Amino acid sequence: MNRYPLWKYALLLVALLIGALYTLPNLFGEAPAVQVSSAKVTVKVDGALQARIEAALQQAGVQADYVQFDGSSVKARFGDTDTQLKAKDAIGKALNPEPADPTYIVALNLLSRSPQWLTALHANPMYLGLDLRGGVHFLMQVDMKAALTKKADALVGDARTMLRDKNIRHAGISRDGNTVVIAFRDAEQRTAALDLLKNQLPEVTWTPQADGGVTGALSPKAQVVVQEAALKQNITTLHNRVNELGVAEPVIQQQGLDRVVVQLPGVQDTAKAKDIIGRTATLELRMVDDSAESLEALKGNGPVPFGTERFIDRGNGPIIVKRQVALTGDALIDAQPGFDENHSPSVDLTLDAKGARIMKDLSRENIGKRMAILLFEKGKGEVVTAPVIRSELSGGRIKISGAMTTQEASDTALLLRAGSLAAPMEIIEERTIGPSLGKENIEKGIASVTWGFAAVAAFMCVYYLLFGVFSSLALGFNLLLLIASLSLMQATLTLPGIAAIALVLGMAIDSNVLINERVREELRGGVSPQQAINLGYERAFATILDSNVTTLIAGVALLVFGSGPIKGFAVVHCLGILTSMFSSVVFSRGLVNLWYGRQKKLKSLSIGQVWKPEGEEASTAVTEA
Amino acid sequence: MELFRIKRDLPLMKHALVFNAISFITFAAAVFFLVTRGLHFSIEFTGGTVIEVAYPQSADIEKTRHVVEKMGYGEVQVQNFGSSRDVMIRLPVRAGEKQTEVVGKVFGELCKADAGTVSEHQEVTAQGEQISKQVCKKPDGAEPVKLSRSEVVGPAVGAELALDAAKALGVTVLGIMIYLAIRFEWKFAVAGIIANLHDVVIILGFFAFFQWEFSLAVLAAILAVLGYSVNESVVIFDRVREAFRKFRKMNTHEVIDHAITSTMSRTIITHGSTQLMVVSMLLFGGPTLHYFAVALTIGILFGIYSSVFVAAAIAMWLGVKREDLVKTAISRDDPNDPNSGAVV
Repeated sequence: MNRYPLWKYALLLVALLIGALYTLPNLFGEAPAVQVSSAKVTVKVDGALQARIEAALQQAGVQADYVQFDGSSVKARFGDTDTQLKAKDAIGKALNPEPADPTYIVALNLLSRSPQWLTALHANPMYLGLDLRGGVHFLMQVDMKAALTKKADALVGDARTMLRDKNIRHAGISRDGNTVVIAFRDAEQRTAALDLLKNQLPEVTWTPQADGGVTGALSPKAQVVVQEAALKQNITTLHNRVNELGVAEPVIQQQGLDRVVVQLPGVQDTAKAKDIIGRTATLELRMVDDSAESLEALKGNGPVPFGTERFIDRGNGPIIVKRQVALTGDALIDAQPGFDENHSPSVDLTLDAKGARIMKDLSRENIGKRMAILLFEKGKGEVVTAPVIRSELSGGRIKISGAMTTQEASDTALLLRAGSLAAPMEIIEERTIGPSLGKENIEKGIASVTWGFAAVAAFMCVYYLLFGVFSSLALGFNLLLLIASLSLMQATLTLPGIAAIALVLGMAIDSNVLINERVREELRGGVSPQQAINLGYERAFATILDSNVTTLIAGVALLVFGSGPIKGFAVVHCLGILTSMFSSVVFSRGLVNLWYGRQKKLKSLSIGQVWKPEGEEASTAVTEA
Repeated sequence: MELFRIKRDLPLMKHALVFNAISFITFAAAVFFLVTRGLHFSIEFTGGTVIEVAYPQSADIEKTRHVVEKMGYGEVQVQNFGSSRDVMIRLPVRAGEKQTEVVGKVFGELCKADAGTVSEHQEVTAQGEQISKQVCKKPDGAEPVKLSRSEVVGPAVGAELALDAAKALGVTVLGIMIYLAIRFEWKFAVAGIIANLHDVVIILGFFAFFQWEFSLAVLAAILAVLGYSVNESVVIFDRVREAFRKFRKMNTHEVIDHAITSTMSRTIITHGSTQLMVVSMLLFGGPTLHYFAVALTIGILFGIYSSVFVAAAIAMWLGVKREDLVKTAISRDDPNDPNSGAVV
C-alpha cells in the first residue's frame, strides 16, 4: 500500500527536474552588458542592428559573450566591466555618428550570467524589484478631467467646421464645462444641425434646449474611451521621455484606471528623472491675434480683446493669442531639429493625417499671419515659438525657421516632442533606493531564509529522525518549486517577497509536522508501521487542506486589495501555499514510499521516540529496520 | 525524542474562565492603548516624506534634527534607523508645498551643514550597471552624507491604501468565517473568528503601546498570521468532532480537554518551527523586516494561546453539543449504529 505507481515517481522526478532547471538561472548572478534601444519613435530595432553591432564590436576588437536581439532591443554581454565600457564606446561611435542627436540609446546594463541553453529554454532569473536593485519609482496620476475638457474643446472645433462645411448658420459655439453649447437663431437651422451632428459625431449625446440651442455631452462610453486613449498616449509619451534618459530597463505600466507607474532601475538622480518625466506639458497650436485692438492691449492701452488670451513668448515678451485651438499635441507625430534651405537651424514638425488636413486649411487662409505653438505646464501656458506662415503647408510637414541657434532648435524640438501628453500628470508617489541599500536588502533577505531554513531542518531531523530528513527534503523541494515558478512567471522579487518565502517555508513545515505527529499517534495506537504511514498521511490530509485554505483566504485578500510591495508578498504567499501542498504531501510521501514501501516485514519506523502513556515502556528511538 | 508526554487529558476547560479573563484583560488593554495612543502609521498610510541618509561616522541626530527643523516643514521626526550611522527623517505632508521637491531640498541642506555641495555624479558599479545620482561632496572629495533611500507619498494615495487595508482585513475575516461555518458550524465559526480577531487587536495594541511603526508590511504580517492561526482552531475543532464521535461517554468539557491535549504537541511544534523562521528574520532581516517579524512573533505567540484556549472556551460557552457536529457523519462512522452496514 505504500508504493507509488511508476508514473507518480516519474511525475515527481519531472517536477524536480523542471524545478531545478528554472531555479538554476537565479544562481548565476549577473554580468555586465550593453543594451541598445531606439531613441526615436521612427527608428525600429531589428535583426539588422544586431549585425551592425557585431560588426562594430569586431572592428573595435572587443569580444562579446553573445549579441542578442530580443524584440525591442539588442543586448550584448561581456566578461568584465572594462570590456563593457570599451564596447559601449565602440557601439556608440558606430551607431550614433552625431552624439548630439543620437539615433540609438546605448546604455550599460546587467544580464544574467546563465548559459545560453538555459535562456533558450526561457529559463530566466527573476526580476529584482527596485528595493533590491536600487533605483527610482514614481506613481503618476493622470488628470482625467483635463483630458475630457480637452476633448470637449476639440469637439467645439469639429462642430464648427462641420456646420460651416454644410452652410448651417449658428449663433455661436462654446464650451461650458465638458459640454458643447451651440446657439441658433431659427428652428430650421437647428433641426438641420442636429441631424448633421448626430450623424457625424455619434459619440456625443446632442440634446435640444428650450432656448433654441443645442447642447452636446460625451456619452459615458465615449468618456471611457477618451480616458483610456489619454492614458495610453501618456504611457507612450513617457516611454519616449524615459528613452531620453537612457535607462536600460525602464518599467512603465498602467495602474488602475488613471495611474501610471514608472520605475527606473539604476537611476538615483530623481531631480533629473523628474525633470524629464514630470514635465506635465501639453501642446496647442493657435493663431496669433494681430488686430489693432490686441496691439493696443499689448501696449497696455486696453483690455485683451474678447476671444483671445495673453501669453508670454519665450524671450520675446507678451503676445496675444486667439482662444480657439487649431491643433493639439495629439496631432504631432515628431519634432526634430534640422536646417532650412539657407542652412540656418530649423525645427521640423511632422503631423498626422488629420492634423495635416487642418493645417493645410489653416495655413491657406492665414498666409502672412502668425501662428503660435503653446506649451502648457500645470495649467500655465507659454508660447514656444510664433512663426509667420509663409505659404500653404501641405503634406503634414512643417519647417519652423527663424532666428535661432542649433541648440535652440534642438531644445524646441525636444519640448515639442515631449509635449504631446494627452492629459497632464502629477507625481503622487516617489521612491528612491540606493544601490548599496538594495544589495544589503538582498543579503539580509537571503540570510533570513537560509538560517531559518537551516534551523527548521535541523530541528526536524533531530526530532523526527529519518522522517525529519524526508520533511526537510520536502521543504527544500518546496523552495525549489517556489523559486522555479516565480522565475517562470517572471515575477519581480522584492524584499517583502523574500520575507514571504521565509514565512511560507515556516508555515509549510506545518503539514509535515501534522503528518509525522499522526504517524506517531497511529504507532502509539499499536498499528503496524506500514499501516501507520498510510493512515498518518491519509488522516493528516484533511487537516492540511483546512489549514492551507484558511491561509490562502488571507493570501488572496492581500492579492486583491494589496498594492505595490504587498502584492509581491501576496503573490509569493499564495504560490507558496500551493507548492507546499504538493511538496509536503506528495513529495515527502514519495520519499517515504521509496524508502519503506518495499520492506514487507517492516518492524519500526525512524520517526523518533514514540512515547506511550499508561506506564508502558517507552519504545526507544528506532533506526531503520 | 518526544517533548510532550502528557499522561492524562489536561483539565483545561475548568479554567476557561481564567483564560478568558486573561484574554479579556489583554484585549481591553490593547483597545485602551489603541484609543489613547493610536497607531503610529507609516507614511504609506498618512502620506508624507521619508528620507534615509547615511553618514560615514556615527550620526549626530541633534544636529541633523536642527538642520531639518530650521527648514520649517512642521513636525519632523529624526531617528536612527538600523545602525548609528543611518538616520531616518520623516516629514509630514504640508499643504501648498511641492512634496516631490522636499527630498532634494532637505538633502541639499544636510549637505550644506556638513560643508559639502550637491552635484550630479555618474558612475559604473563594479558589476557594470550605470548609476547616476546626486552626491554630496566636500572640496577634498569626501562624502559627508549619502542619500540611501527616499519615499514620498501623496495624501490621496495614503487614504486609498488605508481603505484597501481595511477591505483586505474585512474580506479575510468574512472568508474565514464562511469557510469555518461551512466546514463546521456557526458556533465554531464565531468562536474561531473572535479568538483570532482578538489576536489582531492585541498585535495592534502592542504597536500602539510601543508606538512601533505600522506599515503595509506589518499589515501583511497580521493578515498572514490571521489565516495561519485560524487553522489552529480548525485542528482543535476537528479533534473535538472526532472525539464526540469516538468517546460517547465524555461530556463537552472532557471532549474539548481531550482535543486540546491531543493536539498540544503538534500545535507547539508547528508554531515553534514557524517561529524559528521568524526569529531568523528578526536576527538577519535588518530594519526593513524588523516590524514585520515582530508582528509575526506576537501573532504566532498569541495565536497559539487564543486558538487553543480562547476559541475552544468560547465554543463551549456558545453551547456546542454533540448533535451539532455528529449528526451527518453518524451513520457512516459509528459501528454501533444499527443502520450502518457490515464492517469489514
